[in-house]
Amino acid sequence: MSNILEIKGVNKTFGGLHALQDVNLQIEEGETHAIIGPNGAGKSTLLNCCIGRLIPDNGSVTFNGKNMIGMEAHDINHAGMVRVFQTPEIFPELTLLENVMIPALAKRDGTFKFNPFKSLLKETAIHEEAMATLADFNLDRFHDHHAGSMSRGDKRRLELAMGLIQHPTLLLLDEPTAGMARHDTNATIDLLKSGKMGEMTKVIIEHDMHVVFSLADRISVLARGHIIATGTPEEIKNDPKVKEAYLGEQEDE
Amino acid sequence: MMKNLIKSNTVIMLIFAAVVLTAPMWTAPIGANYPDLLQKFAIFGIFAVGYNILFGLTGYLSFGHAAFLGIGSYTAVWSFKLLTMNVVPAIILAVIVSGIFALIIGYLSLRRSGIYFSILTLAFAQMAYSLAYSVLTPITNGETGLQLEQQDPRIIDSMFGVVVTDGLPSTNLFGTLMSGYSGFYVAAAFLIFAFYISLKIFRSPFGMKLLAIKSNQTRMKYTGFNTKPYLLTAFIISGMYAGLAGGLLASIDPLAGAERMQWTASGEVVLMTIMGGVGTLIGPLLGAGIIKYLENIFSALNKSELTEIFSFMPEWLQTIVVNISNVFVGEGWHLTLGALFMLIVIFLPGGVMEGVTKIKDFILGIFGKGEDNRTAEIEGEAK
Repeated sequence: MSNILEIKGVNKTFGGLHALQDVNLQIEEGETHAIIGPNGAGKSTLLNCCIGRLIPDNGSVTFNGKNMIGMEAHDINHAGMVRVFQTPEIFPELTLLENVMIPALAKRDGTFKFNPFKSLLKETAIHEEAMATLADFNLDRFHDHHAGSMSRGDKRRLELAMGLIQHPTLLLLDEPTAGMARHDTNATIDLLKSGKMGEMTKVIIEHDMHVVFSLADRISVLARGHIIATGTPEEIKNDPKVKEAYLGEQEDE
Repeated sequence: MMKNLIKSNTVIMLIFAAVVLTAPMWTAPIGANYPDLLQKFAIFGIFAVGYNILFGLTGYLSFGHAAFLGIGSYTAVWSFKLLTMNVVPAIILAVIVSGIFALIIGYLSLRRSGIYFSILTLAFAQMAYSLAYSVLTPITNGETGLQLEQQDPRIIDSMFGVVVTDGLPSTNLFGTLMSGYSGFYVAAAFLIFAFYISLKIFRSPFGMKLLAIKSNQTRMKYTGFNTKPYLLTAFIISGMYAGLAGGLLASIDPLAGAERMQWTASGEVVLMTIMGGVGTLIGPLLGAGIIKYLENIFSALNKSELTEIFSFMPEWLQTIVVNISNVFVGEGWHLTLGALFMLIVIFLPGGVMEGVTKIKDFILGIFGKGEDNRTAEIEGEAK
């Protein structure tokens, strides 16, 4: 399998804090790769370095053969790497349908398109695609509700829909089930496993071990800015270093 | 079915055009049916409708849009002086020149957002105002304001052999003078056109993206949009609307002064938009109409007229009432405007349009036909 994302020797410091130290990570095409680690291990920093929110001090981030460092967030999106946020980043004043139409328009129109005289009513293809995607996430009956008025779980599913409609080459999910009830968590796991979402290459940052072991093909463990282990769920479960750094503590909680 | 019909662009435009063009008739009962005031309604309506494309759709609050109004006016007067007394080139040039200035000022101001953006636009407008008063006197004629003169070159007019022998020439549209009702109808035609463009923008994917930027700009960036050019385009369009309004002001009264660019003038369009209803199609137009109408009434009143109005009261009460209300009229009319603005913002944050919606819902509620507006709109979009 070919590597779709390659992170090589990435370092990032915030003042005296060495958040990422010489991080190397390869994401293979088609896999679901989970990144786990205790709080403050640098998981979100790593994700932010991939999507252009942060610029690493050194090292390289190569996606589909292209260097991503220094690229604008919108260009990284068009390169095919799309992020789903931890706290729902939606358009609260717009309807659910419009929330999903926006990323679909981004996919079609590129970073900028001036079409003030085209009627939204004539965007039937985008409209149908958005409705179908909402239906995939069981949100279609709320299509005319304002996104801001939805429950937290619905907002997170809307986020997933917004990510999915762009058909990304790589989907980065930042704690997709954080703050969800067990029932919603299981529903989200099913969503991420099945259909189009299932086939997609995904990187998942997650605290919930149940989610990680249900979804991941491979797992990388990040602790104090280092990747201490990468392997299949079985290998990670039995890795003494991981047990020491992470799993042991976690089980005690 | 009926709802969809009402939502169709053609129907909206037909109703809108009919309402605007019959304004001289339906404004008669409120005593506003004279050309000067009607012209102001139309021109400041254009200004507010354009301002709403920036403020209403993207949420960027510009405090310097009067600069573009002023630039439009100066450009138009120069066109009258140098080219021709015909208003067509004057208005076209006013729109183009103010668009160029909007490009520059917008490019610089949009490097920041929120309050810093507002302050930057305010600073640029005040700079324009000060420059017009001082350094740029050769272009703006400073305090006196830019005026027509009999010996102006008017190249195009003189090519066609139009010679002015006595007095100042008048602005015209291919021979029709721009004064009185004809001036209003020209302004009204531009208003209808300006409103149509605004309607199209509101209902386009472009407009929806602008609304999404207002809602969550960070998300737009991670969704793959370069938000800067979107914001700049909206800024330029609204600047061109302001230039059009400025050009029309100069076409009706060919005189341009720096006070048109002052920050109070920029503030006025903000008030119009908020008072009418930010982000609604028709709200800013209502706001412009209400403010210009009330200004016309209150600023014309004086003490003796107040005494007459309150003459039915006993003398001691009349004296008190006249003395108090005198503060709110004439020069003090801005006090009335301020009070009215506060009342509206406190009780109807969505402006007059929110009041209209509330009344409509109330009436529909009585007939048991309460229906979520938004639902109907989306269903309309779906078809």
